[in-house]
Amino acid sequence: MTIVTDNTKPASITRREPARINWVKAAPWLYTLGLFLAWELLVIALDMPVTILPAPSRIFEAVVQYWSPLLKNSLQTLFTTTLGFGLAVVGGLAIGLFIGWSKTIYAGLYPLMIGFNAIPKVAVVPILVIWFGIGTIPAVITAFLISFFPIVVNVATGLATIEPETEDVLRALGARKIDIMLKVGIPRSMPYFFGSLKIAITLAFVGSVLSETVASNYGLGNMMSSAQSQFNVPLVFAGLLALAIEGIAMYALMAWIEKRMTGWAHRSTMAN
Amino acid sequence: MSHLVSIDDVDMRYGGAEGTLAVSQLTMRVAKGEFAAVVGPSGCGKSTLMKLVTGLHIPQAGTVIVAGQHVTKPVSIVGMAFQNPTLLPWRTTLENILLPLEIVEKHRHRLRANKKEYVAKAEHLLELVGLKGFGSKFPWQLSGGMQQRANLCRALIHEPELLMLDEPFGALDAFTREELWCVIRDLHAAQGVTIVLVTHDLREAAFLADKIFVMSARPGRILREHLVPFARPRDLEIMYHTEFNDLVQQLHGEIAQARVVA
Ligand SMILES: Nc1ncnc2c1ncn2[C@@H]1O[C@H](COP(=O)(O)OP(=O)(O)O)[C@@H](O)[C@H]1O
Ligand SMILES: [Mg+2]
Repeated sequence: MTIVTDNTKPASITRREPARINWVKAAPWLYTLGLFLAWELLVIALDMPVTILPAPSRIFEAVVQYWSPLLKNSLQTLFTTTLGFGLAVVGGLAIGLFIGWSKTIYAGLYPLMIGFNAIPKVAVVPILVIWFGIGTIPAVITAFLISFFPIVVNVATGLATIEPETEDVLRALGARKIDIMLKVGIPRSMPYFFGSLKIAITLAFVGSVLSETVASNYGLGNMMSSAQSQFNVPLVFAGLLALAIEGIAMYALMAWIEKRMTGWAHRSTMAN
Repeated sequence: MSHLVSIDDVDMRYGGAEGTLAVSQLTMRVAKGEFAAVVGPSGCGKSTLMKLVTGLHIPQAGTVIVAGQHVTKPVSIVGMAFQNPTLLPWRTTLENILLPLEIVEKHRHRLRANKKEYVAKAEHLLELVGLKGFGSKFPWQLSGGMQQRANLCRALIHEPELLMLDEPFGALDAFTREELWCVIRDLHAAQGVTIVLVTHDLREAAFLADKIFVMSARPGRILREHLVPFARPRDLEIMYHTEFNDLVQQLHGEIAQARVVA
């Protein structure tokens, strides 16, 4: 009883403190604001010409002035990126499961995949143009090609790292390969899969914008390269800003999906 | 008494002709309903022995017979539990325990239609090991000792005739371990299952087993067989008796010698 009464005292003291600002929650906004402020001051201090580094205020001016083409091209880029990413999710999951299925397939295909991933995708775009012409299709395919690799690797890793004891317990019961995959392998690789989506979506943006820059009449990539050729540097930066916002939004969406789908993996310390 | 497990002159080599010879000239028999313990120096082939009996490995020489059948593929009349409980973190404890029923040929087609009956059985097992009411918890919400209890339930749910335990209590603290010894003792008494327990804990072997096999250093074979004379049911108290300590000391000496010879 005495312990209980002792404990209430410090509790009542802490309760008297005023409500605090949640600095951790506010930090991303404050830091972003700080970056723009520092940038603005730097441009003023160094008296930068607008054709080299426009100040944030000048960029926001450009956003207001060109909002219509910005919006149209942003949506186009978002569309090609999401489509390419969607294909990468389906293809990456399928190839990842295929590669993780057996040690032989893993050993045979892994070097090929690494080699393929090492090819700079900018070198692939001209080939895609020969096959499909310029525009949306090469952008979607480039986004797909660049983003499916991390998905494949993660899914295959999840399958390949099943604890041998788990496999032994099930095999001793007469489990076939397909049973082990369905009961253990696939559920186990899901956190790896959802974790890889965050990386894949950012790469997908890199792919689609790259292709739009080189071979398209639409999209943020194309808009920025034509703005650049007209020395409209504020519009180039406005395009970058739009890309950054889309990238952050999609990343946050993937992080949210990851958390929703694989809550158990955050609680348990899954042996890797 | 008929033998549930007969191993005769078994050689098992890993990794081809030049690989590690894990066990050699291994011969042992375990009677139906018996509680056998296998002790020996580390790396002597105890886990290999488990895998030979369950059909996970097929020996290059000699024969393994379980329940009158020549073992040439995994035998589903066994349940296995390892030191690592390997419960699947995305399944609740109850779903984890029901997992073998989704695999074993005899049960997998009946599971959906008779779910209630199987769940009742799982809950009965949970109660036996002292986990009543924990079925809906996830494994990561359980302590190490509780996870190992659930692991035992999973090994027993398909009513195996043979339970193979590979150092199941090695990672637990002394008090939890003694609690689980009593759980295993009572399961053996209640279910009439034959148990083969691999352990490096000699007191564990002496407390639980009817018969203790001492293995040599690698390549492993059986050096000696001890019949454990203590009457059942046994109480943790017996560990303070001189006969008990004499047996443990003798086992200790034999294993120390086996290590030196190697
Ligand atoms: N899958 C394997 N491949 C190659 N060697 C193995 C394998 N499993 C065990 N061994 C070797 O066989 C010997 C016996 O191993 P094991 O049966 O695990 O011993 P214990 O369980 O008694 O410690 C060890 O030398 C070990 O290195
Ligand atoms: Mg071992």
